[in-house]
Parts: sequence; C-alpha cells; structure tokens
Amino acid sequence: MSKGIIGKKLGMTQVFADDGSAVGVTAIEVEPSVVLQVKTREKEGYAAIQLGYGRTKQKNMTKPLQGHCNKANKGFFRFRREFAIGEGTYEPGQEISADLFKAGEYIDVVGISKGKGFQGVVKRHGFGGGRATHGSMFHRAPGSIGASADPSRVFKGMKMGGQMGNARKTVQNLLVWQVRSDRNLILLKGPVPGCKNGFVLLKKAKKING
Amino acid sequence: MNVLEMIEKEQKRSDIPGFKTGDTVKVYVRIIEGEKRRIQAFEGIVIRKRKGNSRSSFTVRKVSYGIGVERTFPLHSPVIDRIELVSRGQVCRSRLYYLRALRGKKARIKEKASARLSS
Repeated sequence: MSKGIIGKKLGMTQVFADDGSAVGVTAIEVEPSVVLQVKTREKEGYAAIQLGYGRTKQKNMTKPLQGHCNKANKGFFRFRREFAIGEGTYEPGQEISADLFKAGEYIDVVGISKGKGFQGVVKRHGFGGGRATHGSMFHRAPGSIGASADPSRVFKGMKMGGQMGNARKTVQNLLVWQVRSDRNLILLKGPVPGCKNGFVLLKKAKKING
Repeated sequence: MNVLEMIEKEQKRSDIPGFKTGDTVKVYVRIIEGEKRRIQAFEGIVIRKRKGNSRSSFTVRKVSYGIGVERTFPLHSPVIDRIELVSRGQVCRSRLYYLRALRGKKARIKEKASARLSS
C-alpha cells in the first residue's frame, strides 16, 4: 500500500552516523496532517485520500472550501493534496503523524524548486561557455542550435535559455534517517527541493518499494 | 527553540576540553582496521578552529619525519576518543597558516607563561 504525508522543509543540518561520518540531513516538520476526504473506487472511480496541512483561519477560505474542511471538523487548511493509496482504512478527520514512516525506509519527496528566473544556457544546462579574454567574442552564448536548410527548423527539446527553477520537482529514494514523533520531525538524508518553510510531499519510494 | 539548533545541540559532546589555536593537543582517534579497533594518537599544534555548533571543526598540524601533516577533525565527531591538552601556546593569530611556510626552530610556538599546565 502506498502512503504519503505533507510536511514543511525546515532546513538542513549535519548529524554524525555510528561510524563517525558526518551526514547532511534535511529536517521536515509534519504537524499531523488531517484526512479531509476519502475517495473510493465506487464513488470517485479511484482510491485516494486528501490530506490537509497548514492550519489557517476560517475567514481566509472560500465558503465552498470551508464546507469541505468542516466535513473533517479538524480546522481549516491552506494546503490540500491527494495521495493515491490502495484500499486502506482511512476516515475523514483522522490524523496522520510523522510515525507513518520509519527510519531506514526510502521515500520520494516532491517540492517546488527555488526560482532562479530567466537563465542562460551556462547556468541552466551547464554549457561550458566560451573564452573570456584574448578577443573572444563568444562568452556565454549557446552556439549552434542546429543545421541550416535541412531540417530548416530547430528540433524540439533544444537546450536554450529560459525560466529556471520554480517548478515541481521530485527527488527519489531519499533515506529516512530518523523519525521523531514527539516533535513531528522527519530527518531525511540529503537535500530536498524548495526553500526553507516550503511545503513538500513525502511519499513511499516508487522505485525501491515497487 | 529552533529545531535545527536543537538537532545540532544533541550532536554536541560535553567532554571536549577548551583549547585554542596555538595550543598543542593530543587527539586520540578511534580506528577500525578490518575487524580490529584501536586508538591512535595525533599530536600537534592547533592551527585553526572553526565555529558552528555541532559542525565546528579544528585542524591539527604536526611535522612527521620532516613532512608537515595536517588533519582536520569535526570537534564533536564520535571518531575522537578523547582530546588531551598538552600545552597552551602564546599566539597573536586565530589562524596559524604562517606555520606552513616555517621549518625547524622558527616553527615553534611560545608557551603561555600565565597558564602553564600542572601535568
């Protein structure tokens, strides 16, 4: 059965492993997410749960969303995300806390990466660029983007400048280093997309767990 | 308290003696060789201390068979068995990189007169 939870990235720090090596970990706070809605194969056509995260005031939500949150009767949430699950036993209003995951498990993390704005090919795609001095007139330009009369067009997917970052990114197979249910903390080995205090989705690893 | 600070505080060790740059220390390092575990000492002058909660580190320099050897340890690393303070040094820098260019008698550091250790 698949499983997931919504959290907030607090930042990175360093912890020592048993063998003495220092490990970079990302701390993620998961104040209990609340099941707002359970979707079933019979009713909606697929099995999923909708979780709410990030408590907010009632007046900050539209009336339809207020009514939606009221069904669970656990407060109002800024963030509502769906997680596909197998047939499980979830009920609206149920709280899912950090101990959903255990240390040693592998998970996938989804976040919105930091926006870098419009960037050229050197930063965005790691192009080498040209020579800086000695009369070089080719500094950070992309160079040739294809042949001439044949094919008379630029192929799709050509690496060029453009918006970098601020996109939904998934990092797969991060190791759960430690889970502290008393503080609703999950420590993950390695970095996670997004800024501090950014919202992230934690899911069971798709490729390792099948 | 800040959660990240809390995590780092838990990593810190309380049994580290207070030493400064210029001091001579003996660092006992735990080494695993295959199945065997043993403790190796590394004695030299502290040429640098970097602050940063549990991430702080220090660098020890010694001259071994005429070749300068430097090792950087995380201050709170579990690899360190214990640290012994051999002597306190009188220096006017916080980073003693100038020692790298010096050899022999010039590379010595004056011992602090006021705080001579009893041992």
